[in-house]
Amino acid sequence: MSTAVQSGSSRINARTVGMALYLLFLLVPIYWLLNMSLKTNEEILSTFSLWPHNLTFANYMVIFTDSSWYSGYINSMIYVGLNTVISIAVALPAAYAFSRYRFLGDSHLFFWLLTNRMAPPAVFALPFFQLYSSVGLFDTHIAVALAHCLFNVPLAVWILEGFMSGVPKEIDETAYIDGYSFPKFFIKIFTPLIASGIGVAAFFCFMFSWVELLLARTLTSVDAKPISAAMTRTVSASGLDWGVLAAAGILTIVPGALVIYFVRNYIAKGFALGRV
Amino acid sequence: MEKTFNNKAWFMVLPVVLLVAFSAVLPLMTVVNYSVQDTFGNNQFFWAGLQWFEEVLTSERLHDALIRQFIFSGVILAIQIPLGIAVSLCIPKRGVWSSFCLVLMALPLLIPWNVVGTIWQIFGRVDIGLLGATMAALGIDYNYTQNAAHAWITIVVMDVWHWTSLVALLCFAGLQSIPDAYYQAAKIDGASRWKIFRYIELPKMNRVLLIAVLLRFMDSFMIYTEPFVVTGGGPGNSTTLLSIDLVKMALGQFDLGPAAAFSIIYFLIILLLSWVFYTVMTNYGKGEGR
Repeated sequence: MSTAVQSGSSRINARTVGMALYLLFLLVPIYWLLNMSLKTNEEILSTFSLWPHNLTFANYMVIFTDSSWYSGYINSMIYVGLNTVISIAVALPAAYAFSRYRFLGDSHLFFWLLTNRMAPPAVFALPFFQLYSSVGLFDTHIAVALAHCLFNVPLAVWILEGFMSGVPKEIDETAYIDGYSFPKFFIKIFTPLIASGIGVAAFFCFMFSWVELLLARTLTSVDAKPISAAMTRTVSASGLDWGVLAAAGILTIVPGALVIYFVRNYIAKGFALGRV
Repeated sequence: MEKTFNNKAWFMVLPVVLLVAFSAVLPLMTVVNYSVQDTFGNNQFFWAGLQWFEEVLTSERLHDALIRQFIFSGVILAIQIPLGIAVSLCIPKRGVWSSFCLVLMALPLLIPWNVVGTIWQIFGRVDIGLLGATMAALGIDYNYTQNAAHAWITIVVMDVWHWTSLVALLCFAGLQSIPDAYYQAAKIDGASRWKIFRYIELPKMNRVLLIAVLLRFMDSFMIYTEPFVVTGGGPGNSTTLLSIDLVKMALGQFDLGPAAAFSIIYFLIILLLSWVFYTVMTNYGKGEGR
């Protein structure tokens, strides 16, 4: 843009410097974790170095060869995947109803849904534990997936409703005139139109289910234990195993980074929940 | 958009209602049940009336945790909102660098919360952490496990690190919706940088800023994992926020009655505040003529 260039290079520089400083602030703690994950425990505790002098991948090997470690990643992936699918599947028709129709108690219902997004997980930890124990779902992936629906379903409805309201209603009416049945219209015409909205909603469901620990830890013990809970058991006889802890931390960042890379072009609009 | 009135739409909402009822209403009923009963073990329960509510409402413990919680959420909003706006103005408007910055900025948002805690726990340690070691080298006696002020600074900086990007990304989305013509008009009028921000950019960001304030307030109000991992609520009780206190009471001491009463009060506070925010938000939307 010529205007930006003409307005003086000093401002552009100030912005670049500001951005660089902020990114530095974000990345230094992550770099430090990466740095630690590539060192041996002796090096971590004995010498203070800004980069690993004796580069080692032993910490990562521990995680990839020990099933109590890598099964944590698989468990997390399973319940996050289940949760995302369930949330989107039930949220799609509901969001359509909210964006297209008025019905008895609609605004109250919408607010009630949102309050669940705002409910502190700490309030639900104990009752969830008892509820899922009593129906025999304790320590299963589906229990965590269902528990995470508490905050992900309202969020998915909210995001999808925002995107659906952006699609003109004339499209629905034209499709009906053309003889489309509702399911056919919804799958063939409407879903492709809000594909980016579905992507954004799925991204958010993934994100909040992936980062949540309190409920996931409360509802699991062995079989469905998430990776983030497995990280609390690095205390061994010789003290904390810092290197392995750091390596496990770095590996939890990887799936998130991959997902962000895929949605990078929708990030800005997505974070505004389709409501700009 | 004109919406048609049709009660059959309820059928489309039904799956969501059933699912959320199972995962929200049912557990909440359990909580209500506990909050009005007392037990002497053996699964025998006695009606306790409002005893737990009186006990919790008059306890120093809840008051202190509530005050700490409001201070924490207030500080978080006061830092993150202005900082987020400032950062969003620094993001390149388009091109490869724009995506590059956005991807890096979103990174902290997708790190599991206890890993965020672990990162800062390690980062702040004097013996093996960069931050702690730097502080020590500067001659500051920094120790977040012993000094309450340092513990507070650490969890606030951690939360700023973790969530400022969310505010910045929201604001950036708002900025992107401003047509170039607005800037050109301002250029012709000879508007200063401040005036452009005040009269063009800020009004356009209003809606997303409201979402940002809402999300940041709610999430900081129920924060649990990150401060728990870093400080465990200590030193003493200085960083014991509401959720940490509640989990201590419910799962640690298994004081079901008081914990349930605490939960209900906690939930009602959030409900009230959400209602205020929601009303403000929807009314604001109407005022804009949407």
